[in-house]
Amino acid sequence: MQPTTLFDKLWSRHAVLEHPVAGTLLYIDRHLAHEGSRNAFSLLRRRGLKVRRPDLTTAIVDHYAPTTSRDLAHVEVASRRQIIADLATNAEEAGISLLDLAHPSQGIVHVIGPELGLTRPGMSIVCGDSHTATHGAMGALAFGIGASQVAHTLATQTLWQKKPKQMRITVKGRLRPNVTAKDMTLAVVARLGAAGGTGYAIEYAGPAVEALSVEGRLTLCNMTIEAGARFGLIAPDQTTFDYLRERAYDGDEASWQAQVGDWSTLRSDEDAAFDKEVEMDAASLKPMITWGTSPEDGIGVDGVIPDPATINDAARRNSKIAALEYMGLAAGTAIEDIRFDRVFIGSCTNGRIEDLRAAAATIAGRKAVIPAMVVPGSMAVKAQAEREGLDRIFTEAGFEWRLSGCSMCAGMNGDLGRTGERCASTSNRNFVGRQGAGVRTHLMNPAMAAAIAITGHPVDISEVRP
Amino acid sequence: MNPFTSLAATGLPLGLENVDTDQILPARFLSLKPEDGYADYCFRDLRFDADGKPVTGNPLTSGDYAGAPILVAGANFGCGSSREGAVYALQHFGFRAVIAESFGDIFYQNALVNGMLPIQANGETIRAILARLQENPGTSIHIDLETQTVRVDGSVTFGFVIDSFKKHCLLNGVDEIGFTLAFAADIERYETRVGI
Repeated sequence: MQPTTLFDKLWSRHAVLEHPVAGTLLYIDRHLAHEGSRNAFSLLRRRGLKVRRPDLTTAIVDHYAPTTSRDLAHVEVASRRQIIADLATNAEEAGISLLDLAHPSQGIVHVIGPELGLTRPGMSIVCGDSHTATHGAMGALAFGIGASQVAHTLATQTLWQKKPKQMRITVKGRLRPNVTAKDMTLAVVARLGAAGGTGYAIEYAGPAVEALSVEGRLTLCNMTIEAGARFGLIAPDQTTFDYLRERAYDGDEASWQAQVGDWSTLRSDEDAAFDKEVEMDAASLKPMITWGTSPEDGIGVDGVIPDPATINDAARRNSKIAALEYMGLAAGTAIEDIRFDRVFIGSCTNGRIEDLRAAAATIAGRKAVIPAMVVPGSMAVKAQAEREGLDRIFTEAGFEWRLSGCSMCAGMNGDLGRTGERCASTSNRNFVGRQGAGVRTHLMNPAMAAAIAITGHPVDISEVRP
Repeated sequence: MNPFTSLAATGLPLGLENVDTDQILPARFLSLKPEDGYADYCFRDLRFDADGKPVTGNPLTSGDYAGAPILVAGANFGCGSSREGAVYALQHFGFRAVIAESFGDIFYQNALVNGMLPIQANGETIRAILARLQENPGTSIHIDLETQTVRVDGSVTFGFVIDSFKKHCLLNGVDEIGFTLAFAADIERYETRVGI
């Protein structure tokens, strides 16, 4: 038999049919819908169509969720209040289960999917959000779609797709202390460039990837779209199975073993061919930080801002010059000399319990010198952090301890920085205006963001930690 | 969906690399309904400064390119967020086609299903078109989907690649949901077979 990749296996499992012109009709096992699905529901309504499988769809309030209150009446902007209310109305009318503001399992869609066992190996998963590749970390075929494809999924539970090219990124060796999955993904995006993965599905493999916890793997796959690829995935293994068993399994031993037996086949065959292979060395990776307005602009924290004048291509050179101007930075400046005004810890990239533990461990009794906000990725993460006393570490250091949601990562719920402020952020995008008009965003891992909160500038974490 | 067959019109030389969908339609406008119109919000922060004054020296605010229906951009246009509102905003602003060196995957799909044609051209071609439009703002660009060709008056002529299914849908205004519903029996059979 022809050797196949993990992606091939997931793809063929979900092929309803092959059409000579339209491509593969893929079945969607799980559809996660947030407030932005409103346009798709409107489209269905205009056409008089019903939701085909409400039982395979889950609705979650995350993008517009206020992080200071769970009372919708406290959302001041009418259009935001309305879009949250519309999700509830649409879910109720269609018979879709809803995790609304007040639900104890509410959280960012890419955090709660794995947490609640909605995400499982072998599934196909879509969401109207570009960071849906996050779920690929569990060995699922997961990808982000736009509103029209959300409507298509609601109406048919399928999508027409043409198989993308495939890339494998093998990360060898071991990460050094204080270097995290976030640094790995920033290094991948820097290596490939913001469009380097366009048209590809990316499988992450190798000892350094296998050594990551499930949460680290979710972080790694989360930013796949920042390299242009819609799909990021990792073969499920014992780490994945243990994670699921612990959180989201209440069946008997025999059916669990049967399931694990099936999931264990979800891996690329030894001789499977990829269209592109990339190798990286984990031991050479440093804590990363971005300096520009594209996630591809990541460098080691001990580095200096590169000089865009040396770029040959004019369009690229001008883009990077404009980025430095927006960021208020000069080529040659040492990263450690950059002074910050604000810190955001959270998001579907780094809002999980391990992220909050890493941030809390860095504070060690010191006080924040700039405004800092911690937004847990879900209410379950928040509860766990409070059981561990992390909330007190944050609040005693002067950090704000908020309720879960996308918050300053998406910039839609009103949590924003002020014009001209420089923000240390554990999120996934440093785009112009992403965290507020004129706000300068630097992406980094949670421990680094916490260190910046207590020192005001990037530092070697090992010197801050007790 | 409105069909797209051909278009002969002027172009706007945006240039720039990695224009993300947050630039095309900033997040703060996403809670507004597209039915009420997104034209004012399209490239809002590239067109207006923090005080709401128009930014000068920018093709988006220059009278030379006002109303041009073809946008010409650099590599990785429409990267980032999956917001389909970015496509609505471009359409409401008056764009019917975008010629770029490359596109974000999700934006590219979103454009096609809304009848806006994304055309990929190599870097050299993009540079030639940008230069021509900067020197002669009234230059006509002739796009023909059937033959998959673009001719820029006084400049380049080139062919472009498009998926055959997407081309068929654009030329005939085919709606994908309607197309797929014809396969309902296959979908049911799949559901029975895998037990979902």
